[in-house]
Amino acid sequence: MTPEEQVELERRRRGRNLVLGALLLAFVVLFFFITIARISGQHH
Amino acid sequence: MVAATPTLPADWRDFFALTKPRVMSLVVFTGLCGLLAAPGHIHPVLGFTAVLCIAMGAGGAGALNQWWEADIDAGMKRTAKRPLPQGRMDPTSARDFGVALAVASVLLMGLAVGWLPAAILALSIFYYAVIYTIWLKPRTPQNIVIGGAAGAFPPLIGWIAVTGQITLMPIVLFAIIFMWTPPHFWALALFVKTDYAKVGIPMMPVVAGEESTRRQILAYSVLLLPLSAVPWFIGGAGAFYGIVALALSATFLALALPVAFRKRGEADTMAPEKRLFGFSVLYLFALFAALVADRVLWVQGIAS
Repeated sequence: MTPEEQVELERRRRGRNLVLGALLLAFVVLFFFITIARISGQHH
Repeated sequence: MVAATPTLPADWRDFFALTKPRVMSLVVFTGLCGLLAAPGHIHPVLGFTAVLCIAMGAGGAGALNQWWEADIDAGMKRTAKRPLPQGRMDPTSARDFGVALAVASVLLMGLAVGWLPAAILALSIFYYAVIYTIWLKPRTPQNIVIGGAAGAFPPLIGWIAVTGQITLMPIVLFAIIFMWTPPHFWALALFVKTDYAKVGIPMMPVVAGEESTRRQILAYSVLLLPLSAVPWFIGGAGAFYGIVALALSATFLALALPVAFRKRGEADTMAPEKRLFGFSVLYLFALFAALVADRVLWVQGIAS
């Protein structure tokens, strides 16, 4: 692997980690609010 | 043609591109409209979740479609720049990403909203990724008619997420998109014809010829006119929707007529075909927006 490829690899890995982290966080928040919504019994 | 195997992990943007974001915008919009036009109430968080699941399911199906068709996509100008044909991602990642999105969307829909919409979502993903992409698309010139059913699922799922049962209205919405798809796509296929011929996908203009395709565009456009107003006739929507639907469908038909009775000339710019294709996208957005607006008017009428 050339030095340029190493830099690109790290850039992509950082980007993927950030996006995956943000998605997981968003799902945690969503699941919390889904739970609240289902418990409060307003479904259907 | 086999794409080169990449040495680096794919950029996250390439995973996003696998979900076909432009197709997804139509999926999200029609799914949301089905949800908003349905009678009854859904908690906003659960409504959001339902639309998210529809989008995730469509994204997963889109990724699986691109995984399967990477070799075909490489041979067409319109699709050659996708992540797999360009070798920016290895096929296994694309397949796993598609399966993960599809499974997650169905489970989330089932747990958060209901297992009936989840079951229909699963059916729609299987229909698009397996029955359409793998089985029928490469085998029959009716592929677009068959594929149209896949695109017709979102408003049906959105509606059933609210009501929890399958009634006539969501089936009519399904039928409208089903009838809309062939003239919409064949108009496009007429002006990108050469590409499909090259990769061996049996598109209608290639197999049955242009003249037959043009007549079939007209036939579907004629059928779409009364069908689009059926929600009004059966009392599922009011006069506002009915009149807007008839006006939109009449315009659709008026644009389909020159396409139907035309012959391609020398160095033809295919302007009528491009106009019909452009309007067909606007048509679907406007039709479903009218359906939601009609519902809002009706609710306000009850309230006042």
